[in-house]
Amino acid sequence: MSKQRVYLKGNEALAYGALEAGLNAYFAYPITPSSEIPETLAKEFGSKKYPEYKFFLQAASELEAINMVLGAAAGGVRAMTATSSPGFSLKQEGLSYAACMELPFLIADICRAGPGLGNLGPEQSDYFQATKGGGHGDYRLFVLAPASVQEMALFPRIGFDLAFKYRNPVLILGDAFTGQLKEDVEFPEFTPPKYDVSSWATTGAKGRAPHILNSLELDYQKHYKHVGKIFEKYKQAEASEVRFEEYLTEDAEKVIVAFGIVARIAKGVVNKLRAKGVKVGLFRPMTLWPFPKVPLRKLASQGTQFLDVELNTGQMYQDVKLAVGDGVTVDFLGKWGGVVPTEAEIESKLRRLEMVVA
Amino acid sequence: MSQLALKVKLGKLESLTDNPTHYCAGCEHGTLTRLIASAMDEMGIREKTVMVDSVGCSVLAYNYLNCDHIVAAHGRAPAVATGLKRVKPELTVFTVQGDGDAASIGLLELIYAAKRATPITVFLVNNAIYGMTGGQMAPTTLEGQVTTTTPFGRDAALTGTELDVSKLLAGIDGAAYVKRASLVVQELSSQRGKVYTIKNLLDAKKSVENAFKVQALGGFAFVELLSTCSINWKMPILDAKRFVNDRMMKKYPLGVYRDTFGVEKQ
Repeated sequence: MSKQRVYLKGNEALAYGALEAGLNAYFAYPITPSSEIPETLAKEFGSKKYPEYKFFLQAASELEAINMVLGAAAGGVRAMTATSSPGFSLKQEGLSYAACMELPFLIADICRAGPGLGNLGPEQSDYFQATKGGGHGDYRLFVLAPASVQEMALFPRIGFDLAFKYRNPVLILGDAFTGQLKEDVEFPEFTPPKYDVSSWATTGAKGRAPHILNSLELDYQKHYKHVGKIFEKYKQAEASEVRFEEYLTEDAEKVIVAFGIVARIAKGVVNKLRAKGVKVGLFRPMTLWPFPKVPLRKLASQGTQFLDVELNTGQMYQDVKLAVGDGVTVDFLGKWGGVVPTEAEIESKLRRLEMVVA
Repeated sequence: MSQLALKVKLGKLESLTDNPTHYCAGCEHGTLTRLIASAMDEMGIREKTVMVDSVGCSVLAYNYLNCDHIVAAHGRAPAVATGLKRVKPELTVFTVQGDGDAASIGLLELIYAAKRATPITVFLVNNAIYGMTGGQMAPTTLEGQVTTTTPFGRDAALTGTELDVSKLLAGIDGAAYVKRASLVVQELSSQRGKVYTIKNLLDAKKSVENAFKVQALGGFAFVELLSTCSINWKMPILDAKRFVNDRMMKKYPLGVYRDTFGVEKQ
């Protein structure tokens, strides 16, 4: 795809973004509101535009799809799957194994309302499952949170890069809104970097010792060391892979903290209030893990008050509170069930922020 | 016997490591490991073979077979194998699954790998019980058989009758090779006392080789191998061998259930 602007749905942009990022294999399972991702990738399979895109298969279940991704990633290729919340629960098994086996791949969760079947509206209620591990055992996923169709298009590049650099699964956490929204996007020229997988990929033990990709370690001391080693990687990532956007925060007395589609709405509120001379700003985490703790704490040290807005009952809120520490005002506005806050609701909550006890 | 014995390669195999196995006395898992290693050596495929280890007694195979390994989650080995094989078609990809792994928690993964004619090889060790978890009921547990979760014998009215995986896969067009063999020696009565035959074992060896051949021809290959679990059956080793030959083989008759490429006749 060239630099020209194209008019795409978020899910379609994510699919093309993955292709532009050098996707080799995609394993699908349909679930609303994420299905345009596999549909786009099924359509483009075999296209001469993407010679590196070698395989597409619709699996029989979410579990089968994630385990196929795991097998393909073991071969050292760029593999991916996508799902939505109920399916994301089923992916946790594979993600836990892959994190322990240090396998790089990309997964997208186009979050819908839950719990259970919920509905097809947007929510950010998979935040805990996305950022705290989600499956059994101690591990983390890198979590990227796009707030526009343009970011849906570009985040796969960052995603594959992080996955191979750290040998860990990377999650793109969208929502029904960012997935279904249609906007103009651009795909700047990009040559996918080459990654050396020769020290671990299972490609046949020719002229070398066997490679064993395994999460089983019956020796407790060895397993203690292995998980410790993975968390050393995470520590390094927390120091160097944090991404966030600050919008008019420099002199802001009140700052909205929001990610994904909510940050788009919040930006509207900031613009409106700034026009009236009110000193407000927006802090938008682009990586939900690693979470931008340090920049948030820095803002808090300037005496800023915060309003955290999310499409859930207050999940990222806990991370924001932890980041800013005691004695800092952090209020919360949440909507769930597929309901989205209006600019007026955010504005009214923001105006009452000084009445909130820190 | 001398003519039969010649067919089994003796001595050190390149595809086997020097590690002693953890298998219990009388268990045929080690026998299958040896047959696979022998086939890998004879066919010269070790350096392009990846084993997907499944959860069960076969999980530690990475200590014994000298090739690349991926250790899958319980039941998911055929899915993991599919993912790897489809992106690296030049590899030989196989798995050894137990009956709990393949016929219970992973039945979907097995059936769909076969349905799609995925060019991989699946060996199923059927010992009619969950071995590694300590002897619970498997889908293959015989009616009336005592296990730790059927302490009064398996009740067919509640848990259904035995699941015949070979018969099930025989009905799937995508499966190019479906065979049931046995890893268990048979006792023969003779005037000079007890003698044992390894006839079935030699056929199992041929089945292992055929299963790799079928994959090379582009087909899905499945071999079910009857086996004992004397520890969890709580039987002396010889009684366990008799249980396979006298009881299990009646329920699970040996034979070729599908052979699309005709490899059995070659």
